[in-house]
Order: sequence, then structure tokens, then C-alpha cells
Amino acid sequence: MISFSQVRKSYRGGYEALCELSFSIDTGELVFITGRSGAGKSTLLKLIPAIERPTSGTVLVNGQNIGSMRRAAIPYLRRNLGLIFQDQKLLYDRSVFDNVMLPLAFTGHAHKDAARRARAALDKVGLLAREKANPITLSGGEQQRLCIARAVVNRPSILLADEPTASLDSASAAEVVEMFRSFNQVGVTVLIATHDDALIQRLNPRVLALNQGRLAS
Amino acid sequence: MNNWLRHHWQSFGLTLRRLARNPVATLLNVTVIGVALALPLGGYMLLQNLGRVAGQLPGNPHVSLFLARDAGKNDIAALEASLKQIPGVRALRFISREQALEGLKRSENLSDVIAALQTNPLPDAFVLETVGGVAEMEKLEGQLRALPKVAHVQLDSAWVQRLDALLKLGRTAVLILATLLACGLVAVTFNTIRLQILTQKDEIEVSKLIGATDAFIRRPFFHLGLVQGVLGGVAALGIVYVCMHILNRSILGLAQLYGSDFRLSFFDLPDCLALLTFAAVLGWLGAYMSVSRHLAGIEPR
Repeated sequence: MISFSQVRKSYRGGYEALCELSFSIDTGELVFITGRSGAGKSTLLKLIPAIERPTSGTVLVNGQNIGSMRRAAIPYLRRNLGLIFQDQKLLYDRSVFDNVMLPLAFTGHAHKDAARRARAALDKVGLLAREKANPITLSGGEQQRLCIARAVVNRPSILLADEPTASLDSASAAEVVEMFRSFNQVGVTVLIATHDDALIQRLNPRVLALNQGRLAS
Repeated sequence: MNNWLRHHWQSFGLTLRRLARNPVATLLNVTVIGVALALPLGGYMLLQNLGRVAGQLPGNPHVSLFLARDAGKNDIAALEASLKQIPGVRALRFISREQALEGLKRSENLSDVIAALQTNPLPDAFVLETVGGVAEMEKLEGQLRALPKVAHVQLDSAWVQRLDALLKLGRTAVLILATLLACGLVAVTFNTIRLQILTQKDEIEVSKLIGATDAFIRRPFFHLGLVQGVLGGVAALGIVYVCMHILNRSILGLAQLYGSDFRLSFFDLPDCLALLTFAAVLGWLGAYMSVSRHLAGIEPR
């Protein structure tokens, strides 16, 4: 499903974010990527939806080579991925409901069908009652759950989350992690970048530990 | 196909809602475009009306042929016969010196002067209606001069030519003005769309991240340029229409003095539609340039 082989990512100025990285993740796995700030967790996650391209090596996602992918093909790759960002990237000029509707605007769903799906996603993260609210009025945990709803509304086969619990109290963090686990249980491949050790101990998942852009053994 | 149409429809609705949400900004933009378009449009309307007046004048100008004082009845008959032989002459009318004097007596200002005259100073004359262009006219003039008992030949085509040349000059000026202001319209749209893109930077970035195609992201901006152009065109037509009515009030008084019922008339429907299409295309072009320039710069990091 996702496979990295000999992946190197260096930025201008010679900074190497990832170095000789090789691993593969099967369909339906739940994998945590850990490491200190600057270890390359975010870079790794950005390579999968082609936000960044590898400097050398191959990144395969669902059999597609990210490094050589045409620009025009990227949107279709991303529609099959659910992305949850560190900075959330919610739109505060529209309601909770419209935020979740955004990914359905360009996938060709009829409005009625799209609205039904959006409400189902909001229901799954427990925000159905707040659909008319502005995201700015939500608590930190609720905002993070809204991000999850937006990420899953297209029913992606892969979920990528960058530090999803970083700004949350432990109760909210537990809720969010529980959600990821429930998506994983219905067959979604889940990748979570985190430095929250408590989280990892509770779930006991597969862990990819990064240290200065390399896999730590 | 259905999907594509629905996308366009949704994007169009979104554009209208966005415009309605910022009525002041929309109004200002539309006014700028409207005024810019109204200048050449007003000029064009004036020219069209002048052209209409010029078109009402006899297309083939008249030639007045004044006879020598000593021309007798036989000379006149002979001349009439030979004039009818000339190919460039389509019709002719004889005005005797008595008729000409009667005509002058009827005009108020001159009747006193005429009454004081003891003899009739006017010559007999022929008025010829001719066919042919400027070159033929000049040839005809020479031909007429050579006829016996002809004292003077007067072409009244000169001022028609002058009017024609003036209209041509006016058209060129309007065309230059229109070109310049069309560039202005494109620039205004370019800038509006740039601001709109900056305002929606977050939305564009998120849309790109969750799988929106470039075409999908561009579409509302094209629609925005298009709608703004059309609204500007409507504003321009409105401005010119109002100005025309104001001018007509003064023109009516002036025309009455000259015994004419001349008044400016507005564009017909095809002209209006052509203008709106033109404005729409310019708006779209401005949007296209702006989107090509600015959208690529917004890439998720």
C-alpha cells in the first residue's frame, strides 16, 4: 500500500530531512511515526500526498510512484487520502458543516448525497449538533475532530495525521485516538506522527522511530 | 457532462453570492469598468448618429451649372439635350432666372434687397444629379465646363467629403480610446481577481490539499471576471443612455431652430449584446491572466 525505498529528501541549503529511508506499510495497518522535533516525521507524511517530492529513492502509494507523478494526477491521489494537519487548516469563513462539505464539492456528488455523507461524518466524530457553528467557536478537541470528519468524509483508504493530539488535553487526546482506532478497525490504513509516548503505550501499535531522518532500530 | 455543468452552475452561484456579500466593492469595480467602457461607447454612439445624418444627405452630390447671361431659349434647349447625353448625369432640373429670383424673394432677409433691384442679376441654372465617385466627378466637371454657354460649374460634394473624412478621424480616435480602455478593463479585472485570490488563499490551499483539481479552483475566478465584465458593460450602457437623454434635451431645442427633428438614438439590441459579449471576454481575459499568474504561487507546504 505504502512503500518507501532508499528515500532521501534534502532541502536547499543541504539540510537532509530524510536519509536512506526504507519501509513498507500494508493495507489496514495502524502505524505510529515517532521521533523528536526535526526528526523528519512531517516530511515523511508530506511525501505520501505529494506535498513534497523525494530527492531520490521511490515512494509508492497504492502502486503509484510519487516522485514521477504528473502534477495533474496529484488531486486524484489526494482524494484517496485523508489528511489531518498539525495546523488543522480549517476555514473560519464558513460553518462546521460547510467545512466537511468542501472535499465533496469536487468529487461529483449530488448535493443531497454529499450532505448526507457530511452529516454521517460529523455524526461519527460527535459534532452533528454543532453543524451550524463556526469552527472558531469549537474547543481544541472539537476542532481536531472536525479535521477528522473532513478527512474521512470521502472514505479514504489511508488516513495520515500529523501530531493530532499535540494541543489537546489527555481526555480529548484519548477520544481522538479512539477514533483513529475505530477507523483502523474497519480497514483504513492509519499513519500517525506523534511524540506522545502515553498514546503509543496504550495502543501498542507498530512504531517507526525516526532519528535525524533515519529509522532507529 | 452533467457533472461538469453542475460544477459550473455551483461555481456561478458561489460567484454571485460572493459579489452580493461585498456590495460596496462590487459596485466600485463595476463603476470603474462601466465608466471606462462608457467613454468609447459614448463616442461611438455620437459617430453612429452623425453617420446617420450624413447618410440621409443625397449620396450622389449635386452639381450646379450656371449659364452665361446671354444664353437664349435655343441655347438652353441645346444644352439640355447635350447634358442628357453625358453618362455621369442621372437627372437634371432647369431653374430659370425668374424662378431663382422668386425663390430669393420668399426668403425674409433678402426680400427688401431684391425689391430694390431693377434688373434680375441671376443667371439661368441647371441642377444635375450625378452618379460616380470623386474622380468621376472631377472629370465630369471638366466636361461640363467645356460646354457652350456655361459660365460656372459648382460641385457641392466638397463638404460631404470633409464630413466623411472627419467621421473617419472620429472613428479612429474612438478605436484607439476603446483599445486603451479595454486594456484598462483587463488590468482592473486582473487586480480584482488577484485580491480575491489573496483573500481566499486559505481556501485554495486547503482545496489543493484535499484533492481539488486546478480547473476546479480556477473556475470561480473565471466566473467572477466574466460577471464583473458583464455588469460593467451594463453600467456602461446605462451611463451612455442617461447621457444621451440629457444631450437630447439640448439637441431638440437646437434642431427645432433648424427645422429638423434630429435627436440622438441609442444602440439597437445586437449592438448592446455585442458590447456585453466584448466586456465579458475582457473580464474573462483579465481573470485568466491573473489566475495563471497568482494561483500557481499558492502551493501547500
